[in-house]
Amino acid sequence: MILTNIETIPGKTIVEHFGLVSGNTIRAKHIGKDILAGLKNIVGGELTAYTELLQEAREEAVSRMKQQAQSLGANAIVNVRFSTSSVAQGASELYAYGTAVRVE
Amino acid sequence: MMEAIGPLLNLIIFLLLVSVGYFAGTLAEKRHYQSIQKREAAWLRIPAVSARFDEKLPQASGGEMVYGSAVISIDYFKRILAGLRIIFGGRVTAYESLIDRARREAILRMKENAGPNTDIILNVRIETSSIGNSANGGSVGSIEALAYGTAIRTSQNG
Repeated sequence: MILTNIETIPGKTIVEHFGLVSGNTIRAKHIGKDILAGLKNIVGGELTAYTELLQEAREEAVSRMKQQAQSLGANAIVNVRFSTSSVAQGASELYAYGTAVRVE
Repeated sequence: MMEAIGPLLNLIIFLLLVSVGYFAGTLAEKRHYQSIQKREAAWLRIPAVSARFDEKLPQASGGEMVYGSAVISIDYFKRILAGLRIIFGGRVTAYESLIDRARREAILRMKENAGPNTDIILNVRIETSSIGNSANGGSVGSIEALAYGTAIRTSQNG
């Protein structure tokens, strides 16, 4: 499965379009991590636990999108976009969407 | 006498947090900027552009999506400063540097994920989201910056 966020895949030609595919996941913060982050909030700097959490969640959203594309018979997704929204206090949604295509 | 200790203790804790935030935060920011500048110079040969390049890339052998993200939190001192700024209005410098750091770090991580064999990163998009509401309910405590794009490799680079 090849992913790009431009309209084409360099070196390949698109032979079939399958339309929009998407994947999402909603993650809440771990309370222990939240307390640590609260302490880190005093001194500032990177919150590594959150970076990892969001990265992991985004990968899950991408893999769900890939699964959907695979079930349609696509072998690539072009024009992928990410979006993040906070649904509730302490939880955020990671969303990935793109156009499933078959390339040769 | 005893009644005075409570508020005094609160004041001491507050001042302690502010000073710890000020010194640790300033030091962390300075170090982070030094690291950002150093790595930006090292990765300068891989351009990350926001253009899409409609023309064909004949020599390109492959494209792959790459991304990088960073969550950066503000320190206690700057949060107080920004709180005051919100009353009087004007430029909130405390948050400017916070978001700037997160974005530049995200772009650097994207380049690091793309690897040294990349020729160019096309169609770079940067997204920012607030994941605050953690320690100080409601305020912009920390923000996440995400940078993503398509890494292009030409055939001679494999």
